[in-house]
Amino acid sequence: MNIIVTIFLICGLIFFFGGAVGIIRFPDFYSRLHPAGKLDTMGLLMTMLAMALYSLHDFCVASVLTSLKIILIVVFVFITSPTATHAIVDAGVRAGLEPWTKE
Amino acid sequence: MDNVFLYSGLFLAVIMALSLYRAVLGPTVLDRLIGVNAIGSKTTVLLILIGLIYEKVDMFVDIALAYAMLNFIAVLAASRYFQKRKGLYDEQETK
Amino acid sequence: MAVTEQENYHQGQPHSSDMKLASPRQKRFSASFFITFFIMFGLWLVLSGRPDLFHISLGIISCFIVSFFSADLLLPSPQLKKMPGLWFRFIRYIPWLLYQVFIANIHVMYLVFHPRMMDVIDPRIMKFKSRLTSDMSLVTLANSITLTPGTITVYISIYGDVTFHVIDIESGKTLPWIMEARIAEVFDE
Repeated sequence: MNIIVTIFLICGLIFFFGGAVGIIRFPDFYSRLHPAGKLDTMGLLMTMLAMALYSLHDFCVASVLTSLKIILIVVFVFITSPTATHAIVDAGVRAGLEPWTKE
Repeated sequence: MDNVFLYSGLFLAVIMALSLYRAVLGPTVLDRLIGVNAIGSKTTVLLILIGLIYEKVDMFVDIALAYAMLNFIAVLAASRYFQKRKGLYDEQETK
Repeated sequence: MAVTEQENYHQGQPHSSDMKLASPRQKRFSASFFITFFIMFGLWLVLSGRPDLFHISLGIISCFIVSFFSADLLLPSPQLKKMPGLWFRFIRYIPWLLYQVFIANIHVMYLVFHPRMMDVIDPRIMKFKSRLTSDMSLVTLANSITLTPGTITVYISIYGDVTFHVIDIESGKTLPWIMEARIAEVFDE
């Protein structure tokens, strides 16, 4: 059980790390949103699943409720993260930022 | 298992510092907003990790849920506010 | 007061013209009211976590108030007949979406850690015309496109014009069309 939790946690941390590096390396605002909005969501899904599994290890009502709440956070973030990304893109388009293209 | 959580929390803090680079030095306001959003979504995970380390998950999970909602609303409000042409170009000129 | 406003709103909607206007009393305690009430109450039980008399009675009162005023927002009553099949197909859609999100995340990770990243990426803005018509399916399409890394929805109109930004050509070439076909199957259009 602990091994599965650790593997999930490390996968999620790798996704988070990729997101942070992508935010720094990508050339313009629009392409920075790709790692920021979505690699973070995936990392959050992985780490939250790991922690929901871990809090189930002593099986009682309170721990099941805690896991349910963690799953609720994941569902909430999966609904709101595209919306937040879209809000930022929309602000960029309205402000007139030109997308970076290769020549 | 506590050590695993402790070291993942530390690693998350390092990643948040990396995202802070974009939030501090971003060329436009919206780049800073991306950095702040990334830090916020990592904070949600970090809060639950802290709860697991101190063995009070049932308390910290509520705080994490509230923080996720707050982060979403903050990003929405800020992106509605900064969608003016003027603010962006002013900052690009003074850079 | 709120009910009359919602009736006016529904009359303005083109797809609800076949809905016969029920009297306010029938409309308030319709099936969508009870479904909303039970969803809200389940959420209350999970979030409060204290099953004693005081907290449960508080939950019943507040869930009643919320679903009394806003039952039509969550489940519009004209479409209630199609709801169970739609939810079933939507739940079957989610694992496929998660699989696609995972694949595309691996692709973006490859791009991020590529040493010569500037040569590999080729960001551009693409457009296509979707054949979806209803609001819910368009929103689901936009969110699915945004959730899949490599593509971000920039703009979507109610007539189905989708504008999206891709990070490189191959991630934007096929996926939105497959996704549109899947969503059309889910929402039965």
